[in-house]
Amino acid sequence: MKLVIIDYGAGNIKSIQFAFKRLGIDAVLSNKVDEIKAADKVIFPGVGEASSAMKMLQESGLDKVIPTLKQPVLGICLGMQLMCNSSEEGNTKGLGIFDVAIKKFSNSVKVPQMGWNVISDLKSDLFSGIKDKEFMYLVHSFYAEKCDETIATTDYEIEYASALQKDNFYGVQFHPEKSGIEGQKILENFLNL
Amino acid sequence: MLTKRIIPCLDIKNGRTVKGVNFVNLIDAGDPVVLAKQYAELGADELVFLDISATLEGRKTMLEMVLKVAEQVNIPFTVGGGISSVEDVDALLKCGADKISINSSAVKRPDLVNELSNKFGSQCVVVAIDAKQINGEWIVHLAGGTIATELNLFDWASEVEKRGAGEILFTSMNNDGTKAGFANEALAKLSTELNIPIIASGGAGSIQHFTDTFTLGKADAALAASVFHFGEIPISTLKEALKEQNIPVRI
Repeated sequence: MKLVIIDYGAGNIKSIQFAFKRLGIDAVLSNKVDEIKAADKVIFPGVGEASSAMKMLQESGLDKVIPTLKQPVLGICLGMQLMCNSSEEGNTKGLGIFDVAIKKFSNSVKVPQMGWNVISDLKSDLFSGIKDKEFMYLVHSFYAEKCDETIATTDYEIEYASALQKDNFYGVQFHPEKSGIEGQKILENFLNL
Repeated sequence: MLTKRIIPCLDIKNGRTVKGVNFVNLIDAGDPVVLAKQYAELGADELVFLDISATLEGRKTMLEMVLKVAEQVNIPFTVGGGISSVEDVDALLKCGADKISINSSAVKRPDLVNELSNKFGSQCVVVAIDAKQINGEWIVHLAGGTIATELNLFDWASEVEKRGAGEILFTSMNNDGTKAGFANEALAKLSTELNIPIIASGGAGSIQHFTDTFTLGKADAALAASVFHFGEIPISTLKEALKEQNIPVRI
């Protein structure tokens, strides 16, 4: 199993690498197109601000490569958001894999949402063995609206899409690598897809 | 529904836990990695490691500890103590820390908050504020409450929010160590005036104190040390009790 974590400079990817190490997989950090294309599975991470992360993807040409990948790809947090059409954060375009826009939570709730919330309406093999309303760790100020590609929802101000899937592309708003044993199970499910 | 977080805090000196810890039969209760794993299994929602090493070598050891914790622990953790530059934070995040907390370095140079949130994102910038109520006014203090500043707690908290802090860790020096409850009035004011999460710290002594700080104090998370370390309040018991009071918690 060759697992590549896309390393394009956006945020802390050590935790994701360690999480897979706990599952016995040595993930490779890479920004090389050939290496990413040749992987069995690809993780697309991201922490930080959307428009600057998008710029980093464009500079390395990865914005063109990621949407063409054929193997299972898992976007985490900002990674998932960048796989959508657009984001209100820095008013940037996204990769357009998921047909949905990223919006900001209003001031009627605390922003960022920080902590453990539940995921419901689970609709993917990614969640095999995960019970409805399982707790996951989230830190985010922007969210994906519910859409046809929604495979999990979470409630914070409104019910939004906390996970998305289209063909071989998966995205989760929460951090499975920081969500205890259940989060680890989701990463394991991804490896088994 | 977003749940209220329970956060044990570990003081670290030269890579070892300082205050006695005696809540389970651990082979090495001085090893922060062993403790962190244990707390994660017992239901802690997050962990805070506070580096109280005063030496450069101690700081280096801290980085090694952070790397080991990140390798083995599957819940989020924050590292604080002695952080005063973008480089310090970069090193800690690269070792796998999820968030960092700054305290006196932010008071000395408030632009640091902007620099960190611009570079790493607000989500990983916790500003810790120690304050003491003197003649009715909450005054920000430094160096464990020994040095008074001219800053008012609420003004300072609001300023760091504007500068990009993602979270406030408020310790009441009046309550810290008393085991008589959290400073709920000040916490509620902070939580109402600000739009970022507030972590309550200082004064935990009983389960009721946690209930109160989430209801009366409107806190988003509660941090404590000794009540957890000495097994006075097991985290599972605490969470069950909070749930019975209809306070949302992760069980």
